[in-house]
Amino acid sequence: MAAQEVRDADLRVDGVAKRYGAVVALGGVSLSVAAGEFLTILGPSGSGKTTLLKVVAGFEFPDAGRVTVGGADITDVSPAKRNIGMVFQNYALFPHMSVARNIAFPLQMRGVPKSEIDRRVIQAMALVELQGYGERLPSQLSGGQQQRVALARAVVFDPTLLLLDEPFGALDRKLRESMQLEVRRLQRRLGLTTVFITHDQEEALVLSDRIAVMDGGAIRQIGAPDEIYDRPADDFVAQFIGESNLLVGEIAAPDRVVLDGGTSVTVRGLDGGHGRVRLLVRPEKMAIDSATNRFTGTIVEAVYLGEAHKLRVKVAEGVELLVRGHRAVPTGARVTVGFAPEDAHVIRGAG
Amino acid sequence: MTPADRVRRRAVGSAIVLSVPAVLLLLALFAVPLLRLLALSVEGGSLVAYQRALTNELYLRVIFETFKIAAVVTLLTLALGYPVAYVMATSGRVWQLVGIAFVLLPFWTSILVRTYAWMVMLGRNGVVNRTLIGWGVIDSPLPLLNNLAGVLIGMVHVLLPYMILPVFNAVKKVDPNLVLAAEGLGAPRWRAFLRVTLPLTMNGVAAGVTLVFTLSLGFFITPALLGGGRVVMIANLIEEQVRELLNWAFAGALSAILLALTLAAFWGISRIARTRSA
Repeated sequence: MAAQEVRDADLRVDGVAKRYGAVVALGGVSLSVAAGEFLTILGPSGSGKTTLLKVVAGFEFPDAGRVTVGGADITDVSPAKRNIGMVFQNYALFPHMSVARNIAFPLQMRGVPKSEIDRRVIQAMALVELQGYGERLPSQLSGGQQQRVALARAVVFDPTLLLLDEPFGALDRKLRESMQLEVRRLQRRLGLTTVFITHDQEEALVLSDRIAVMDGGAIRQIGAPDEIYDRPADDFVAQFIGESNLLVGEIAAPDRVVLDGGTSVTVRGLDGGHGRVRLLVRPEKMAIDSATNRFTGTIVEAVYLGEAHKLRVKVAEGVELLVRGHRAVPTGARVTVGFAPEDAHVIRGAG
Repeated sequence: MTPADRVRRRAVGSAIVLSVPAVLLLLALFAVPLLRLLALSVEGGSLVAYQRALTNELYLRVIFETFKIAAVVTLLTLALGYPVAYVMATSGRVWQLVGIAFVLLPFWTSILVRTYAWMVMLGRNGVVNRTLIGWGVIDSPLPLLNNLAGVLIGMVHVLLPYMILPVFNAVKKVDPNLVLAAEGLGAPRWRAFLRVTLPLTMNGVAAGVTLVFTLSLGFFITPALLGGGRVVMIANLIEEQVRELLNWAFAGALSAILLALTLAAFWGISRIARTRSA
């Protein structure tokens, strides 16, 4: 577990396809994760993210495509020989073994000498701040502690790759946030190439170097968190990550879009052409009494969030805008809301 | 008293009421006859019957034989039953149902009928010997009836479900992710089985072993029919004492000894199981 050790194991997934009967779980997925990178696969349930993880771990064999780690093709290698550390959703700690024996398990399987096992187990328990818990059984630990054991067990044998399958789902909010930061700190310190699976977009934004958004067995977009949030490739990504206002319209002139309701708005970076577009404006970019791109409407819902107010403004029949700001406005009030031209992200070709 | 306490107290109350009929039935049909039999064994305040049973070499040998047969039957059912239970528990729903049906099927047939069926199967001219000779595996018929082999085959067949069902249950309760985790951590399949599945199913094994062993100790019909008088277990001895010799005192003493040994075996096995799982 030498932290200074340089790891150069990158993960490449090339055209991996998997179907169960008539159901396509993965439709030819390709992605690559650089050595030491933290990549999140984000998607709703049924998007294929878990199947992809299982293919990488070796628990499922793909119908087509290859998986390569550090240049070595592991597509047909059994899970036991892949040297991949994995943290399961429910941790999958061995209930009949103590914490120390759980962590020692992968080392025993590799025939590491007893004295070295003891040393590395102690080191791993220190890494996750569980000194003194070695003799406890998993059932005698809290959820957060169990998670640390699972993490220690997954990294103690110097894996080439770390896989995390929704590991924070069972924790309460506060614990989840501290565990997320801890996992990130540990991952950086060990320089581990990591693939993290989640359906929680907030978690994805906080933790990742890059995010791959999956839906329907395909990757919809892959990029840095701010790229995914500010410039989503399509409607699905826009709506899955964060809250969004999607305004549908037609290109009228360069930087000019006529919305379906008849309102004409100004945007940036649209060099003309024709066709239908969607404008994505995040609620926090919407402002009351904006100078440009104004809509008048009635507040139908006002929610106080502590650090902000969230307002739902009805500007036309069936058209509501979400606004996130610092001004408290009562329900029923008439307001004018709008956005600056540079705050609208144009998604082309959307229906 | 909190509402939870009240609910608990009411549950305990109705549990007592609901178990009254069963308790009465057991008292009338089991406890009373048993106590009468025990009373007969010490008739006249003498322990002669016990002394005879525990000092005569012949009877001691029967007791020892009984334990030996029970132990061998238990090991055989475990060796045959565990794999079946494991395959059943880890296969799909349909195969699981098919498996359970096949395991339970013999339960619906009388043990007497099954034992006679084995006599047809195992005889010198039985299906097994004829088939083996027909295939050229053997030249002359194997002695499979009226000996220990016949008794073991019959008993294993009757008792197999008592091993399969508890083990099946235990394997089903093992989280499949644990096995995947073990494999992912570097354990080949067989090591994942030995280190994870097997220890986690030991409670099912203990239950199956207890059932089969204690049931074996009291077996009567199978050794009587398939042993051909050459295999005598305690139960056969008791029957002989009652039916042919009308020696109720000695039969009572043997019954008491069988009961004591069964309880001791039960206690011993559960003790081992408990220390193992701790």
